[in-house]
Amino acid sequence: MSGAQGIAVPLAPTPASRPSSAGVWRRFMRSGMAVAGAGLLLVVVALVLAAPFLPLSDPDRTDILHRMARPLTTGHLLGTDELGRDLLSRVIWGTRLSLLVGVVAATLSSLIGSALGVVAAYYGRAVDTLVMRGVDMLMAFPYLLLALAIVAALGPSLGHAMLAIIIVNVPFFARAVRGATVSLRQSDFIAAARLMGQSNLRIIATELLPNVLPVVVVTASTSVGWMILETAGLSFLGLGAQPPVADLGGMLGSARNLINVAPHVAAVPGLAILLIAIGVNLVGDGVRDALDPRLRAGGLARISAVTEVAPDRPMPAQPPSDALLSVRSLRTEFRSGGQVWRAVNDVSFEVRAGEAVGLVGESGSGKTVTALSIAGLVASPPGRIAGGSIRFKGQELIGAPLAALQDIRGNRVAYMFQDPLTTLNPLLTIGQQISETVRRHQGLGPRAAMAQAVTLLEQVGITDPAQRARSFPHELSGGQRQRVGAAIALANSPDLIVADEPTTALDVTTQARVLALMNEQRHRLGAALVFISHDMGVIAELCDRVHVMYAGSIVESGRVADVLSRPAHPYTIRLLACVPRPGQARREVEPIPGLPPATNALPPGCAFAPRCDLAIAACSAGAIPMVAVGQEHAARCVRTRDALQEAAA
Amino acid sequence: MSGVAPLELVDVVREYGGGRSLFGRRLPAHRAVDGVSLTLQQGATLGIVGESGCGKSTLARMIVGLLPPTAGHILIDNRPIDQFDRLSLHRKVQMVFQDPLGSLNPRKTVRQVLEIPLRSLRGMHAPARRDRVQELMHLVSLRAEFIDRYPHEFSGGQCQRIGIARALAAEPEIIVLDEPVSALDVSVQAQVLRLLQDLQARLGVAYLFISHDLAVVEAIADTVAVMQAGRIVERGGAAQIFLAPQHAYTRELIGAIPGLSAMPA
Repeated sequence: MSGAQGIAVPLAPTPASRPSSAGVWRRFMRSGMAVAGAGLLLVVVALVLAAPFLPLSDPDRTDILHRMARPLTTGHLLGTDELGRDLLSRVIWGTRLSLLVGVVAATLSSLIGSALGVVAAYYGRAVDTLVMRGVDMLMAFPYLLLALAIVAALGPSLGHAMLAIIIVNVPFFARAVRGATVSLRQSDFIAAARLMGQSNLRIIATELLPNVLPVVVVTASTSVGWMILETAGLSFLGLGAQPPVADLGGMLGSARNLINVAPHVAAVPGLAILLIAIGVNLVGDGVRDALDPRLRAGGLARISAVTEVAPDRPMPAQPPSDALLSVRSLRTEFRSGGQVWRAVNDVSFEVRAGEAVGLVGESGSGKTVTALSIAGLVASPPGRIAGGSIRFKGQELIGAPLAALQDIRGNRVAYMFQDPLTTLNPLLTIGQQISETVRRHQGLGPRAAMAQAVTLLEQVGITDPAQRARSFPHELSGGQRQRVGAAIALANSPDLIVADEPTTALDVTTQARVLALMNEQRHRLGAALVFISHDMGVIAELCDRVHVMYAGSIVESGRVADVLSRPAHPYTIRLLACVPRPGQARREVEPIPGLPPATNALPPGCAFAPRCDLAIAACSAGAIPMVAVGQEHAARCVRTRDALQEAAA
Repeated sequence: MSGVAPLELVDVVREYGGGRSLFGRRLPAHRAVDGVSLTLQQGATLGIVGESGCGKSTLARMIVGLLPPTAGHILIDNRPIDQFDRLSLHRKVQMVFQDPLGSLNPRKTVRQVLEIPLRSLRGMHAPARRDRVQELMHLVSLRAEFIDRYPHEFSGGQCQRIGIARALAAEPEIIVLDEPVSALDVSVQAQVLRLLQDLQARLGVAYLFISHDLAVVEAIADTVAVMQAGRIVERGGAAQIFLAPQHAYTRELIGAIPGLSAMPA
């Protein structure tokens, strides 16, 4: 649902953060978990670096008389092991060794693995086959067995164990990085880089690598803990660190037999491994998020199933009407980074049973947020409904309990979104996805629901519906996917269909077919329609009435024919002039100068005034009411009369 | 407009698939582009219109040298493109992509994006590059203070301006525009179309403008070729194609223009 992503992050030209190295640092510091992990690691690293200078006893000195001493014994803070060696000293020295091995192994295997992965993915064909089949051969050996074989061939020592760990881990990095690179290689910016005369080496180094780096960093940092464990495994088998040298794995291994008698001997190195692993993973995630300039919030918030509603929201002065849907003084806002973005600012409209109403406006005009607010689908956080009332068949939807909304969503009020490829689940067949909504709301069994799904597919003009029901979304064309979107929307014969730019991603020819289908099916069911588009032409095809939105407000409302023939708001006039009209070859298109205002800093009065040729001082003086200019036709403009004249001219 | 055609396509074919299976059986080949011949005049705009899958993007990629044709000739300044070395070809012909954000590396600032062609194609040194980047920003009406921002900080229309500036940086004779306004709102689409018209008037660059929307093509092109299933089914002056369509498919494209009957002229 690209629309929802677009609104969740109010991008626009904001007083922007410049992602520099300072920005990376700031984003990292903003994530509390990452900082905690870094703190933990810092303490561990400081401790092991300082090991030679700390007043620790010799980690290898045995003292059979004091074997298996409990923690907090005098002279032995963490107790002693089965040979009476001081556990505190051994765990610090052991951590020192294990951490070194883990970091070196992770660094080397990620470097070698990513280099192989990037080269294989970028050059493709023969290079890819050669590299990846080699990697496959490595992976075909049982993992630990391969490591054992390598160490057995080279002889037992910690260095050889580390080499074995590096070799067996290369394939994992090569695979992960190749996967990430293959999808990037197809992207337009790589094609563009070639057209800009960049050499292959430069494209790999400056275009591909920076984009796969987060994958490498996270995989590498999270695997440090894993590699410590693997080395531990080899040490336990006597193939890694040789006694009496302490490493965490060796300590854990030799303490295994004492787990019933002296659990602390195993618990101490175990806890050390746990702490290191937690620290490393937290830092890894933090670094990934900080490196990605798109994740500005530093993490992903949990989205609630219904839009948050302000408890003290003002209620509309006007009483709700008895229309099918009555929206009164709706205000929906987004809060992020101390800013409030008023995406929907006092919007009122209604939809009568069986009627088609269009909402038209540019991106960021609030049309999508208005539509999502109806069924409480605006993502919270950061969205919240700050005021107003939405009544559907007389029932108040704002603040309604989730269960009530869920009975309405997909049942009485159905949605269609812009790109069905992102709204359909890629892992379920389209038949399963259509029958899911039938089962949820009509209580049918799986067989009956699937039969109904096939009928629905037939109704939306999918040929061979029984066969197609078993297809996955990616097997369909864009037009067919949107027909599936329509089938899901129609599944429970809704009273209201909310369609958010359902044809924007389609070719005009496919768009014409989908629009015809929607019109036909809507009339068959007698359903009302709220149709959202940036294109007045599309609205004109199937709507009875239209509301023109700008910067979160409705600026003109009326019957489509009236608004098209006698636009009364300067914005509507300019928007209509943007639509290319064929038959007047090389007519100069007339764009609207400038950009819409950001909704966190709306100007007083008319938000369009800064871009309007008719603007006068009164436009920016204060809130402007809707002015009636005809039957059911009104515009929020102090100069409607002049605007009407200009439109007529 | 002199008689020299900077771009000429003669019976260009591009096949996908084909070859032989493991057992030597011939595999079916799909002809994405099936014998296309076109001429683009200097400083003019040739529109290609057709629905997705008709082969128009394949055609675009062949013209800029990203894909080799299976058969036929692509001539730039009367010279086959396989005789050009990579850099001199990219100095002649450039491309603007459909997805404004996807055609920009998310980890490069606008400055970094625009400096690449200046360095590798025009061989400019750092101080000259700095001035030229400012000029390019001005040319596509982007504010100079946006120069150190990353693509995700821009709107779709602004990203497309950056894409156009990048193509202009190579100082090409021809720009292939593959659905450059399809991902944009009508209001932003109008701004980009106007910008393209202005740039052509000032710089004399020729456009090959590809779109699925006949109304958009008609608004910017001098001549239009209608493409269906890899072939050109109709061609002619932009107004003529619209007012007197000869082919059934052209009529379908005209019928698909939304709101044509409802919108007042």
